[in-house]
Amino acid sequence: MKNILETKELIKSFGGVHAVDHLSVNIQEGQITGLVGPNGSGKTTLINLLSGFSLHDGGSVFFGGAERKKITPWENQIYNITRTFQQIKLFDQMSVLDNILVIITERNPFLALFERHSKYHISQAEDILKQVDLFEKRFHNAGELSYGQKKLLEIGRVLAMDTKIILFDEPFAGLFPEIIKKIENIIKALKQEGKTIVLVEHNMNIIRNLCDHLIVMDAGKLLAEGHPEKVLTERVVLEAYLGE
Amino acid sequence: MEYIFHITILISIYGILALAQNLVMGSAGLLTIAGAAFYGIGAYTAAILATAFGFNIFTTLIIAPIVAGLIALGIGISFARFRDDYFLLATLGFLMIFNTVVRNWENVTGGSFGIAGIPKPHIFSLTFDTPFSFLVLALIVLFIVIGICYFISRSSFGRVLNAIREDEDALKIFGYKTSTYKLMVFVIGAMLSSLGGVLLASYITFIDANLFTVNESILLWAMIILGGIAKNRGALLGALLLITIPEALRFFGFPNEIAGLMRQCIYGLLLVFLMLYRPKGILGQYKL
Ligand SMILES: Nc1ncnc2c1ncn2[C@@H]1O[C@H](COP(=O)(O)OP(=O)(O)OP(=O)(O)O)[C@@H](O)[C@H]1O
Ligand SMILES: [Mg+2]
Repeated sequence: MKNILETKELIKSFGGVHAVDHLSVNIQEGQITGLVGPNGSGKTTLINLLSGFSLHDGGSVFFGGAERKKITPWENQIYNITRTFQQIKLFDQMSVLDNILVIITERNPFLALFERHSKYHISQAEDILKQVDLFEKRFHNAGELSYGQKKLLEIGRVLAMDTKIILFDEPFAGLFPEIIKKIENIIKALKQEGKTIVLVEHNMNIIRNLCDHLIVMDAGKLLAEGHPEKVLTERVVLEAYLGE
Repeated sequence: MEYIFHITILISIYGILALAQNLVMGSAGLLTIAGAAFYGIGAYTAAILATAFGFNIFTTLIIAPIVAGLIALGIGISFARFRDDYFLLATLGFLMIFNTVVRNWENVTGGSFGIAGIPKPHIFSLTFDTPFSFLVLALIVLFIVIGICYFISRSSFGRVLNAIREDEDALKIFGYKTSTYKLMVFVIGAMLSSLGGVLLASYITFIDANLFTVNESILLWAMIILGGIAKNRGALLGALLLITIPEALRFFGFPNEIAGLMRQCIYGLLLVFLMLYRPKGILGQYKL
């Protein structure tokens, strides 16, 4: 198995807070890697760094073995990576359909000027919306959706991007069991397709059910890693969660 | 009848300006108050080329957008770091610089005397010097601008602009170089605005710096907010209403100065009421 994504001594600070602190982790191709840790341990910050949402202060990030010195978000497509947002970030005053269409249409602005969405684009977007149960809502604005539907639309955008690496930042948070089941199945199907997945999640049952590998962070540092069943019984991990 | 032609010509000119403003501010969410500057750049380019160098106004309809576009390109690149209210302040600064230059560069712009004797457009033996013929010309330009705006808003480019307005940071993550899109729409908006300026200069044959102040930009804001942000139809409706309402006031016998003051008050009140009761404008579906 290949290290498709790797960090070495990665650092990100906010003022005095070391959100990510000399973190070195490997993400294996084709696996689901869980990322857990107490609130504020730096999980979202790591996702932000890997997706170019914010820039790292030090250390390095390797994609397929090659270092990406400056991670600029508009190159994410080239580097085959996408993500969801823990704090939902949809295009609220656009239709659900347009939220997907904008992901699958032309990136080059000069070509985009002359591109009209085609039947092909529409049917592709509609297929994705069916997968996340939002087909009926396609003409509604994203901002009018319920919380659960918004979470599903975030997943829909990831499906539309169709990249090799997908970072999910708490896709299950606050959802009913039904929708959790639905998203679990989607993530399993993505793994079947050979995608590499990083999953931030607090619910240990979901972690046990989905993950091949688990990374535990605490205060921006790597606390433990390995097979989920094994890691979740380690004393340091239990202590980090339960307090001293 | 002549009066109706006159009003319709004004509506066409402001329709062009409002459409351009809407493209930049409504579709892409770029808060710019530089609208009057690019309108002025169009008017001065036409006036200077026509009076000092004998250019035909038709030729300036081609040259003015190029001049405005190049200036917008420079401005856009230097303001690329600014977002939202910072961008707004930067564009206000640009408008004030434009106004100061125009007021003081007497050799070229006539300073506070302005430029008089701007000719009407002519082609072969045909001169557009009657209100009706000028109206036809203004409408043709308006329809070209409408066509361009619909072309853009129905393209993938237009959808990307909306997504930039909604959440630029999220959009970037999905592989868009949003700065290029913003720069392009800013330049296109400036080019379209300059067309309104050329028409104005040739229509009223005399221009000075007072025509292109921040009040003018605020009027454009009022038009697109009243009509409905991010809707081409809304921008046109806004231009129609905000040109005809003050004229109607004058029609009902208010003296000019009072009508002028009332006009300012009405714009102000309209904006306040809209923000309170219908923030999306008459035809709109969007808020900034
Ligand atoms: N933009 C920011 N500005 C300042 N501090 C930040 C910023 N983003 C994160 N932090 C801080 O960095 C630390 C890590 O935050 P982060 O959001 O990465 O944690 P998390 O593991 O995702 O937590 P949660 O489980 O609550 O989502 C926290 O102390 C947080 O307050
Ligand atoms: Mg988080």
